[in-house]
Order: sequence, then C-alpha cells, then structure tokens
Amino acid sequence: MRNPPLTARNYPMAEKSPERITGQRGKSLDALTLEAAANGDLHMEDLRITPAALLQQAEIARSVGRASLAENFERAAEMTRLPQDEIMRIYELLRPGRARSAAELERMAERFASEYQAHRLAAFVREAAALYERRGLFQLRF
Amino acid sequence: MSESRNFAANRWRRFDDWDDRALRLDQFAAEDPENGFAAFAGAADPKPGLKISGGKVMAMDGVAAKDFDMIDAFIATYHIDPAIAEEAMAIPSTQLARMLVDVNVPRTELTRLARGLTPAKLAEAVAELNAMEIAFAYSKMRARRTPGNQAHVTNAKDDPLQLAADAAIAVALGFDEIETTMRVARNSWSNALACCVGSAVGRAGTLFQCSSEEAEELEIGMAGFTSYAETVSVYGTESAFIDGDDTPWSKAWLTAAYASRGIKMRCTSGAAAELLMGFHEAKSLLYLEARCLCLQRGMGSQGTQNGGIDGAPLAASIPGGVREIMAENLIAVWLDLECASGNDARHSESDMRVAAKILPFLIGGSDLICSGFGSILKYDNSFNPSSFNGEELEEFLVLQRDFEADGGLTSIEDASALDLRRRAIDALSHVLKDLGLAETTEAMKRSVAVASGSNETESFQPRDVALISEEIKAKGITVLDVIRSLDRGGFVEEARNLLFLVKLRISGDYLQTSAIVREGRVLSAINDPNDYVGPGTGYRLNDARRKELAAIRDVLTRDEVLRTEAASEQMEARAIRYRIMGRAVPGTDRGEIVVGISPGFGTKIFRTLAGHRLSEVVRAIGDGIARGGGSMRVVRLHHTADTSFLGLSAARLSGSGVGIGIQSKGTTVIHQKDRLPHNNLELFSNAPITTLAHYETLGFNATVHASGSLPEPVVVPTRGEALGARYHARVALSYAIETAMTEPDAAPEEITIDFLEQG
Repeated sequence: MRNPPLTARNYPMAEKSPERITGQRGKSLDALTLEAAANGDLHMEDLRITPAALLQQAEIARSVGRASLAENFERAAEMTRLPQDEIMRIYELLRPGRARSAAELERMAERFASEYQAHRLAAFVREAAALYERRGLFQLRF
Repeated sequence: MSESRNFAANRWRRFDDWDDRALRLDQFAAEDPENGFAAFAGAADPKPGLKISGGKVMAMDGVAAKDFDMIDAFIATYHIDPAIAEEAMAIPSTQLARMLVDVNVPRTELTRLARGLTPAKLAEAVAELNAMEIAFAYSKMRARRTPGNQAHVTNAKDDPLQLAADAAIAVALGFDEIETTMRVARNSWSNALACCVGSAVGRAGTLFQCSSEEAEELEIGMAGFTSYAETVSVYGTESAFIDGDDTPWSKAWLTAAYASRGIKMRCTSGAAAELLMGFHEAKSLLYLEARCLCLQRGMGSQGTQNGGIDGAPLAASIPGGVREIMAENLIAVWLDLECASGNDARHSESDMRVAAKILPFLIGGSDLICSGFGSILKYDNSFNPSSFNGEELEEFLVLQRDFEADGGLTSIEDASALDLRRRAIDALSHVLKDLGLAETTEAMKRSVAVASGSNETESFQPRDVALISEEIKAKGITVLDVIRSLDRGGFVEEARNLLFLVKLRISGDYLQTSAIVREGRVLSAINDPNDYVGPGTGYRLNDARRKELAAIRDVLTRDEVLRTEAASEQMEARAIRYRIMGRAVPGTDRGEIVVGISPGFGTKIFRTLAGHRLSEVVRAIGDGIARGGGSMRVVRLHHTADTSFLGLSAARLSGSGVGIGIQSKGTTVIHQKDRLPHNNLELFSNAPITTLAHYETLGFNATVHASGSLPEPVVVPTRGEALGARYHARVALSYAIETAMTEPDAAPEEITIDFLEQG
C-alpha cells in the first residue's frame, strides 16, 4: 500500500525521517562520517541526492501550496539520471538559436525520454520546441 | 574664513555647498514613460485581464494566447492556476492592496490568491500602496519568520588566503550565505575552494556560492564546493531574454538541474535590467518585474534575488524608483518566493540615501536583507561596491542596536577576529600544500591575517592563483578531497563542518523555500513560517538575541567613567591642592572675581570633556582675571551642580558682583549677582571644544564686566560637530556623579588653591 503523501509535519526529513534518506549508492545519513571519509569509504556519489528524496520534497512542497516548486523537484528527480554533460548539452540547445529546428529538439527529447525514462523532461523540451518555432527562435544568431 | 569674497556672485552660494555633496555625484533622470523611464506607470503597461476557457488561458493582460511571447506563454502555463484565477482576478486591486496590509488577512490566504493573479494585476495592486504600506506588507508577507543576511567575500587579487580569512569573518558576523566571484574568470575554482574552507571555520552551516559562468558554476557545485546558486537571471521582455542568451525554458532547465544535484538555487531579476539592455517595450519597471517574478514562480524556483540588483542605480535615478524597488520585493514575497532583497549594488554615493533605503528591510526583516552585503572593503568587492561594505559594517551593527531590529549580524571582538583569520589561513595553507596546489610562507600568512584589504597583503600573485585554479579543475579535486585533507592536517572541526554542509544536499531539506541553516538545523518557510498576524506575533527578538544586538564595541559605563577619572586623579594630586578654609562669606573687594566650582570638581572628576586637566583650567581662568587686573577667589558650592546656579551663587559672594561658575566637565558661565538664574553674561556650553585660551579670556572678560564695561564675548567656534552624539553619554554619567554629591543645605566653602608644579 502506498504511504500517504508527506506534509510539512515530516519536515525536515533529515531530522524527522532520517531512515528514509540515502545517498546515490544507498549509504544512510549516519554512515556518512568523517571517519568513513578518511578511510576512503565515501565517494561523491554518496553525497548526491536521489530521485526518491526529491519526490519526497515535492510532496512536502505541494502540501504547503507550492505546486510549481514541487513540479521543479519532479523534473529534477528525472534529471538525477542524466549525466552532467548531457544536462549541459540540452541546456545549450535550449538557448536561443542553438537548435536549428523544432525537429532537432524533438529528436533529442525522444532520445532521452527512452534512454533515461525522463518523460516529464521530454514533454518540457517538446513544449519549448513548439514555442520556439512560433517565436522564430530557430534562426541562426551570429 | 577670512579670504576675500566676491559679493558680486550671481548665485546663492549654498548651491556651491550642495554641489560639493556626494549626493550630487548621483545622476537623476527625468520621467519619460515612452522611453522606459517610468517606475510604476509605463506608456505601454497593459490593463490587468485574464480569460480562461477549458482550464486554459486564452488571453492575459490584453494579449490573446495566439500572440503570447515566450514570457506570456510560460506564465500562462506555469504560473496561472486556473482553479484560483477567476476568484482572484475578480477582487478589485484596491481591495487586494488593503488585504496586504490587513493583519486579519493571513499571509497564506494572500499567497493562495497570488497564484491566480496576472503580472499586471499584481503590479496594479502593489502600486496602490505608499512606501510605508509596502514596507509593512513586505514584513507581513515574507516567507521565513527569522531574518537573515548574505555577504560578498571577494578581493581584488583573488587571493585565496584572504578569501579564506574573510569568509571565516563573514561566518563569525553571522551571515547565512556567502557569495564570491572573481576578477579573472579562470580563478573560479581557486575562489570556490578558498571560500569553502574559510566558511567552515568557527561554525557549520553557512551556505556558499561562487558566481561564475553558468556551466562552470554548476560544475563547481557538482564538485561539492558550493551549496547554492543565485545567478539564474530572468528578464521581463522577450528581447531582453534572448539578448541575455536564454529563454524561460532554458532557465527552467537550469533550475531543475541545480535541484537534481541537491544544490539550493534562486533566480535573479531586478528593476531596470531591461532598460539597461535597451529592450523595455515602453513598459514600467514594476510591470516588467511582475512578469519576471511570475516567471520565476512558474519555473519552480524556490526564491529570487530581487529588488533592483544591478539595475538599482538606474531605477533610483527615476522618480519613485526606490519605492518601486520595494514594491517589486513585495510582489516576490506575495508570490511566496524566498527574497534576497537586493540592497546590494550601491544605488547612491550618498550615505543617507543608502541608509534610508535599507531601513524598511532592516526593521521589517527579510529572508536575506542584502543579496550581497560587502563584508570586505569597497575596492575588494569584485561585484562592485554594495550598499553596505566592510567600511560601513559597524554602522549596520549600530542600526540593529538602535532599532532593536535583527539584521542577521552579530558583533565580533578584536582578539577573536584575528584568531579566526589565522585559523582559516592555516587551514587553507595546509590544504593547498597537502593537495599539491601551492606553498605558502609565514610572511604571506601574517600579512593576510592582519590586512583590512588586499592593498595591504603580500600574498599570492594573480598568476599563482590562475595556476592553483586550473590545477584544482585538472586534478578533479572535490570537496571530499578537501575534507580528508583538513582531517589529515588536524583541522578536524573544519572537516566536520564541511561534511555537515555537503550532507545537507542528500535530504534536499534546504531546497525548500527560504532555507538557511541555524545552529545545525535547516530553517525554512516550512518549519519556520512567517506567522505574523499583528503585534506580538511573527519574528520577535528573544532576550539572548537582544543582548547580542546591544553588544557593540566600546560601550561606555559608569564604572568606565570612574576608572578614567581615577587615572587622572593621581596626576592632578601632584598638580593642585584645594585647601578648605571654612565657610565662604560675601567679599568686599571690588576687584575680586569669585569662581564657584562644582561638588565633584577636583574631587571625583579631574578633566573637562575636552580633556583639559582641571588644574590647568583654574590656572587659565586665574591668569585671565589677573590680566584684567582682578583677583580670583575660589569657592566650592555644595548645594548645586548646575552651571547657572554655580555662576549666580559665585556672583552673590563676589565683592565685584561678578562670578564664574564652572562644572567639572568644563561648562562655564559668567554671572552677575542681580540677574535671573538663566540670564547670564556669557556661557561656554560647548565644553568639549573649549580651549585653555578660551578659559583665560573668560577670566579676563569677567573683570571687564566687573568694571561695568562690555567686553567682546568669547566665541567658541564650532564646526558643526554633533557634540551630543560624541559626549552626552559621558556627560550624563559624570553629571550624575556630581548631582549625587550635592547637599541642598550645605554652605559654600572657601578654597585656597595651591599649584604644586608648573604647567
């Protein structure tokens, strides 16, 4: 059975429900110690937020009337699966005049939707493509 | 004063004086709505309006959906909540404005309605409010209850040792966030590492950002050196946006990117950016900002750096520009965004304009009162000078104390400041060496520890810094390497503090609106919501915090006054003796001038406010009387310490009918026996600027009065010093010491003065 959505009462998560927080490699908060760092047991991956943590924060944000912040966390949850250079490549393509056509953006959206199960992000990019087309943003800028 | 003057000038010279004021360096621009110079009422500002059909926005603020530019389209899709819009848009703007200042309308009701309001409607409503109402509404509407502040930590050399030392000081001063940037772009990694280490000294939890190129900033964040970002700028016109090389979608993408890496972020926008960029569409500053802010809420940014920002000086050149800056901040918090409320780029050369601008935010509170308070000296600020800088920092501390208003800062002590700087410098030096980045010398470290600014340091050269920075990047050094290195070097507390900060990103708690860290806990609009509903609610100073605000440097106490006087007592004991000769009786010598001294004169108090030893003052008065051919007789009055009555009582005892009354702090009067108490002959009320020569002339003048002539009165020239500010605390304390000694029934005593040594 699905848990009821989190609310402000569950916040801050690190204090109220530390057992529900882990890094990307599954290490719990109390495993992230200075001793572990010194022994070389910690990697940067252990200090990375998980999609689950972002979705938890999205639930909390929604419970206090911040739906748009929640949606950003939900996009971010998908984005945790994208490597850094992929994030920056797409960012670059979304800037004015970088992509040459709506089709170019749509192909890219198609690809990362399937590759990273990033469907919200894909929809977001498709929406941009349609707007860019209408506003003439696919012109090359010198 | 006495140079010859041209009285044929065809201009009132007061204008010359005004021309010399720093204020006149400010440029003021005429209102010109067609050309974008309008704070509230732009030539092309639309009327508010919204048409929704089937849950979709069909028209907004006079533009049909098919004609939406990118900004309209984004706002219509992501900001406007169709479920609320009809109800919210139906409320007249005046009523919304009144709700904003009504303590009976809770904040949450207003933030709910804001989700259904268009940019033009938001702008129209806040424009109804005067500056005081805006300030009040801001205080009620800001998201987090506890106010905070942000510091700039930069220097003109990008010297990492100084960055570390200054970051540690910023932490000690209580800043919740530290922002750095570079003189040379390639130094970003070095700046990030240095501030990161410095901000871990003393206490954990100060958030840190390194403002640099978008992609690099995110990379530095990924390496764990920074914990937040605020340079995601948005603009209110499509052309300005494109000129800024972005779109709402590209910026929203970045917004999500930061969250996906567990890094706190806020967007940036501020009045007059579009005007500076030349794409204002003849719209007002406020309307364009309303668009920016709706956009930011729609993008899912938790907050905004807003309120003029880099455009503040231009906004402030327009009539009502500063009120507009306040109004846009109000829209930001009404939209439920964290607000780092500008008070950043210095909008004026006039200290008064700067102080006036900060006051509403200081007394009303703000998530971050300054989105960059220059904790360093002006010339070291790589963002440009802030409203407040290292130079003016103590003024801010005193304003907090004056108004009992929490501006987020706390005083630091001389000794501990130097210890903190040394600790930060040692920690960073160790890390630089340990990670094979650079070696530091004792001389470098010493020069930075005591330096107020980079002009005084002998530290890394710009080329060294570039090499350090490139090495950090090339080696792929992360915050974990730094934590391990600190731990290895025995900087265990700093290592722990840094690890604490990086761990914050795993839970994402500090991604929520208005999050800062206080005493090891995340504090945000969720667990510390602004619950203001009138007096006695919302943020209030507790006793401990009130004491902290009061504890500024060099505060005078009664004990301090007595200690200072005790130090002078021995010196005076070697210079003068006041021999008590019994009860004083009226004199008959027509040539005598009686000098009436106060109860504490030479018994508890030994120097005037100007610092003259009382023995020298008595001698000077005596010399003046002798020069006029008179003789001085000294009596001590016990029944009063008031200057007028001292003088009048002395005059009544004087054979000439003229007497001098003198208080131990140096205030002196010439009096005549038949006059009313406060209708004296001459008064020296400005004791702090009265010289021994003045006292001598006063003695002389007394003899002239005694002879029935009218002397040239002594004028103690003042340069307009605020003597009350400089001396009144000491005056009140020392005068109270004197009044406590008075005995209403005690008779005057005859005193014989013996001068024991020359000079």
